[in-house]
Amino acid sequence: MGTVISVVLYLTLGVFVVGTLRRMMRYASTPAPLKIPTTPAPTTRTGVVFRLGREVVFFESLFKASKWTWLFGWLFHAGLFFVLLAHLRYFTEPVWWWVAILAPFSPYFGFMMLIGLAGLLARRFLVDRVRYISAPSDYLMLVFLMAIAGSGLLMRFELHADIVQVKQFALGLLAFEFAGLSFNPVLILHLLLVAVLMFIFPFSKLLHAPGLFFSPSRNQVDNPRERRHIARWAKSLESHSSGKSSGNSRG
Amino acid sequence: MAKPPKFDVPELGDYTVTPPVMPDAMSHSQPFVAKATHQEAIGFPGELIDNWQEVAIEKLGELTGKYRGLQVYLDSCVKCGACTDKCHYFLGTGDPKNMPVARQDLLRKVYRRYYTVAGKYFPKLVGAEDLTKDVLDDWYKYYHQCSQCRRCSVYCPYGIDTAEVSMAAREIMDSVGLGQKYCNEIIGKVHKIGNNLGLPEAALADTLEGLEEDVLEDDGVPVKFPLDVKGADVLLVTPSADFFAEPHIDGLIGYAKVFHQAGLSWTVSSHASEAANFGLFIGNYDNMRKVALRIREAALELGVKRIVFGECGHAWRVGYSFLNTLAGPFDFLDSNYPVPQHIVEVTHDLIQQGRIKLDAEANDDKRVTFHDSCNVARASRMGSKAGGQFVLPREIIKASCNHFYEMPANTVEEATFCCGGGGGLLTDDLVELRVKGAMPRMQALKEVHDQHNITHMAAICAICKSQFSKVLPYYGFEMDQIISVHQLVGDALIMDTEH
Ligand code: SF4
Ligand code: SF4
Repeated sequence: MGTVISVVLYLTLGVFVVGTLRRMMRYASTPAPLKIPTTPAPTTRTGVVFRLGREVVFFESLFKASKWTWLFGWLFHAGLFFVLLAHLRYFTEPVWWWVAILAPFSPYFGFMMLIGLAGLLARRFLVDRVRYISAPSDYLMLVFLMAIAGSGLLMRFELHADIVQVKQFALGLLAFEFAGLSFNPVLILHLLLVAVLMFIFPFSKLLHAPGLFFSPSRNQVDNPRERRHIARWAKSLESHSSGKSSGNSRG
Repeated sequence: MAKPPKFDVPELGDYTVTPPVMPDAMSHSQPFVAKATHQEAIGFPGELIDNWQEVAIEKLGELTGKYRGLQVYLDSCVKCGACTDKCHYFLGTGDPKNMPVARQDLLRKVYRRYYTVAGKYFPKLVGAEDLTKDVLDDWYKYYHQCSQCRRCSVYCPYGIDTAEVSMAAREIMDSVGLGQKYCNEIIGKVHKIGNNLGLPEAALADTLEGLEEDVLEDDGVPVKFPLDVKGADVLLVTPSADFFAEPHIDGLIGYAKVFHQAGLSWTVSSHASEAANFGLFIGNYDNMRKVALRIREAALELGVKRIVFGECGHAWRVGYSFLNTLAGPFDFLDSNYPVPQHIVEVTHDLIQQGRIKLDAEANDDKRVTFHDSCNVARASRMGSKAGGQFVLPREIIKASCNHFYEMPANTVEEATFCCGGGGGLLTDDLVELRVKGAMPRMQALKEVHDQHNITHMAAICAICKSQFSKVLPYYGFEMDQIISVHQLVGDALIMDTEH
């Protein structure tokens, strides 16, 4: 059992890392030929770092847009963030001190995720505009994440997994040793769902996570008059069309 | 006043209500298709080519490789719905395809189908679709119901800018021979004659001379309107509507008076007698660049030291954000001034330095509000600080008149609503869309009007001014309630007669 799960996790993690990096490389290598920050925009690099920081931590734009979506979206993401940190207790030995402090609270974070996801799902069904734009995958994604959070919580409160064994398994993964894992259907489900999530990440809208950092409307500095901004393909236009444009000129 | 409409004009209530989704409410709306001559004049096939589908798909791939924004936007939308109630065209029509995300999806579903693994193998699951004639028709309709105002991009958690998607879609349609008449005909005129109206040099000279006579008669001051004057300090690039249309002309008179009173030597160029750059609207870099290069050529030819833009929203976007990119570097101009400058920046500086004086009482008959034009608000800046585009025009207005009132906070500054006629939609074949799309702005105007008895709305964009002149009567206002900011300035400016 443990071996199969290990192999699945390695493979899907590989797809996640390689796929997402390739996507990010494509974003990075695609030129942004024009200055298009949504203004008012920061006039310095530092300002841009703060703008992106506020988007990542507080979901600033979403807050301006819709308080309910913001509330549910933020609850989910913040919950997920802390749950992930709390999971480090399976991967560190001895457990890092701040992880040890966080760990007991992880059920609360799990519930934050669930409440957030449920709210987002309800919006998808109830608000006619959001229903109109939702594809099956948009509902599925939420259900999927709820299943991950739900199975995690279930093990916490009901069908307890063997924590000591899980930890050995997790440390085994890090050391490339295949540790055994006794059959606990909820745990297996939890791990497999995570594997699927990692697998679809680079091919789905989950790309919004790296996408934000490459979004020209958010990451560009507002300084077009001070500094000439020009993409390589646009530059090449200048050299070979200079004959053409001087033909236009009446000087 | 208004001619009888063939459609229902939205009713204004106490505040803006988000309408329920009404599928296909605007599926009958589409602009006239460009003729072969318009298309070919700006480098596109004359009519829909036989293998349009193949070429369109290929073009889409080319554009995602050329524009990072487009690539990231097509990938990143999570369908959160935050943008769905932010578009004035959705608010005014209820057509769900006018929700920004749904508008993007018209292109995104094709992108997914042909360029993503998920869309290739599980099209139904992720909402991917083949590019069919129906899809192309939807593109033509709904990408011409977007004024590229960027309001949606303010609210999207990833800054997804539907304007960029619309521009890309229009570029794809142009490249397969399906262009929009209004934009493409105009771009052809700019290339050929130098301005959107096709106003030749002689007519322009006449008009400017006429203005000199008018101002002399009205104010007794010999204010000049110079054309093609070599060695002038300032090249004024302004929308051609300023030369002949009301209320724009009064704005031009305002600029001229400011230059005159400050003792600045300036000129208009017949070669670049147009600030507008519709190349932006069709998302075509080459055309946009070619139109922008006229300004560089004119500046070189006339040997000016500064370039100043008149009141025009999208022109200021191209001027402020792109001119340096498209037609720079401008190292041959006076480096003490940003290139280009907005007339509002120039006037503001002159007021600050005490080089011009205003008598606000001259406008005591007016109670004024200010409409932030979308391209100025969300795609450019004025002055040295972020947000200066909101501060500077307001300070000028307040210096020019004593009664200034703001419209509701969620309709001004970065949240401003488009006039409804931007982005290449200012054409009579789209009147219904324009009237309905103006609803949120009209609603805000009504609110401030009910409270403060507003007589005039000032704007700094030629498209806004033309659009409002047209749609105000549909909502029970008068067409001449829209005025130029520089009309207020011109009327309040204290002129020395001995100059
Ligand atoms: S850019 Fe403006 S007109 Fe276009 S979809 Fe966004 S809000 Fe609507
Ligand atoms: S706000 Fe942005 S992410 Fe949300 S639905 Fe609209 S475009 Fe998509």
